[in-house]
Amino acid sequence: MKIPTQKNSNSKGIFQFAFLLIVLFSSNCIFSQFTIPEKPSLQTSVYDYANLFSANEKTQLEEKLIHYADTTTTQIVVITIESLKGEDVSLLATKWGQTWGVGGTAKDDNGVIILVSKNDRKIAINPGYGLEDRLTAGIGGEIIRNIIIPEFKAGSYYNGINKGTDALFDVFKGKYKGTRKQSKQQQDFPVFPFIIIIVFILILVSRNKGGGGNSGNRGGGGPSLLDVIILSNLGRNSGGFGGGSFGGGSSGGGFGGGGFGGGFGGGGFSGGGSSGSW
Amino acid sequence: MDFKRFLPWIILAVILIGGYSWASGIYNNAVTLEQNVKESWGNVNTAYQRRNDLIPNIVSTVKGYAEHEKSTLTAVIEARAKATAVTIDPTKVTPEQLAAFNSAQSGVSSSLSKLLVSVEQYPNLKADASFMKLQDELASTENQILTARTRFNEAVKPYNNNINTFPRNILAGMYGLKEKPYFEAVAGSDKAPEVKF
Repeated sequence: MKIPTQKNSNSKGIFQFAFLLIVLFSSNCIFSQFTIPEKPSLQTSVYDYANLFSANEKTQLEEKLIHYADTTTTQIVVITIESLKGEDVSLLATKWGQTWGVGGTAKDDNGVIILVSKNDRKIAINPGYGLEDRLTAGIGGEIIRNIIIPEFKAGSYYNGINKGTDALFDVFKGKYKGTRKQSKQQQDFPVFPFIIIIVFILILVSRNKGGGGNSGNRGGGGPSLLDVIILSNLGRNSGGFGGGSFGGGSSGGGFGGGGFGGGFGGGGFSGGGSSGSW
Repeated sequence: MDFKRFLPWIILAVILIGGYSWASGIYNNAVTLEQNVKESWGNVNTAYQRRNDLIPNIVSTVKGYAEHEKSTLTAVIEARAKATAVTIDPTKVTPEQLAAFNSAQSGVSSSLSKLLVSVEQYPNLKADASFMKLQDELASTENQILTARTRFNEAVKPYNNNINTFPRNILAGMYGLKEKPYFEAVAGSDKAPEVKF
């Protein structure tokens, strides 16, 4: 008689536990506000989750911003969403930029997030650490108030963002210059240290051979292991030079697909930035 | 057998080396984590400092339009003076110090929000371009403060975890490593400021 009761209480415990889990998860669901999507594998400049742009507009904007990132390394990313789900637009933009690491390089922190929420009618422009001195909150606020929002009110999201990003280009003029990082960075073959090592080994071997004594012993047993290694290395090396395998390589590797050159570089965001509503 | 005679010594050596690397690992880890805490504290300080730097500009702009708000303005200035007097060394911060810092800064926050509410009565001031810019800067700085505080707490958490769990806490006590306090929301800071007309 004892066993069934125990079983009963056991299963009751399991039920309680399951119930607790359900409560925990559901409460999580209630409290979790906007969840930022995972960093996408293809990193580009426009993420139009709310479908505010036509396909044509999106491509134009995307290409403009990618081209800008190519010449300056500064990454401006436009994100549109349906709703903030109760979050502050500026803080969400900060979190988003930080999570995705928007910015040309982690050292420069030169990224900008433009976040537009359709239903809340709110926009935020948040610069990474490296651009805060140029894009101060006051300047960002002026761009939002005087350039972007009038266009939004007139009915075109594209015009607003397009003109707004042009204004940002002016603000950042001359701060960062650079060449595009390639997403598939070709591993440069370390030719120079390799040659030094070969020469060093060659010198060692020739000294050994000249030294008589020991080398005489070895000479009997055919080529020593060292000789074999060096010979095979030499063969490979000369073959490499002959065949030109150190030449150009595929430097165009990462250009396809229209993503940012090197993807997001890991920029940081302080939380500063400006926001507005229309 | 020689081996049997050495075996205890070998075991002892392994234990010693293992124990040493374990203990030093905890300490080194704590030092690294403390650096993170210090860095994030630096960001907290910078953000508050930026707000304090903004206040004189805001006050002088408001003064130009709203002479009647003298008491509100002086409240802001006094709160700012109080807040700048409280400084904290992140390496040996106690919960009481952090609480004092927190309440001094929240004094600035509440006096500033009172000022911004009273400004609503002055349409000319509200339309002033430079005042709008200052408001943007202030909003931005408040966000920076929030972010910096969150990140400070995030940096403190692994530090505390490193030294608080058993048996690490025994060692941490020997090293003199102390738990660091978190930022907590100040009582009343979530309330909207009182509006008096």
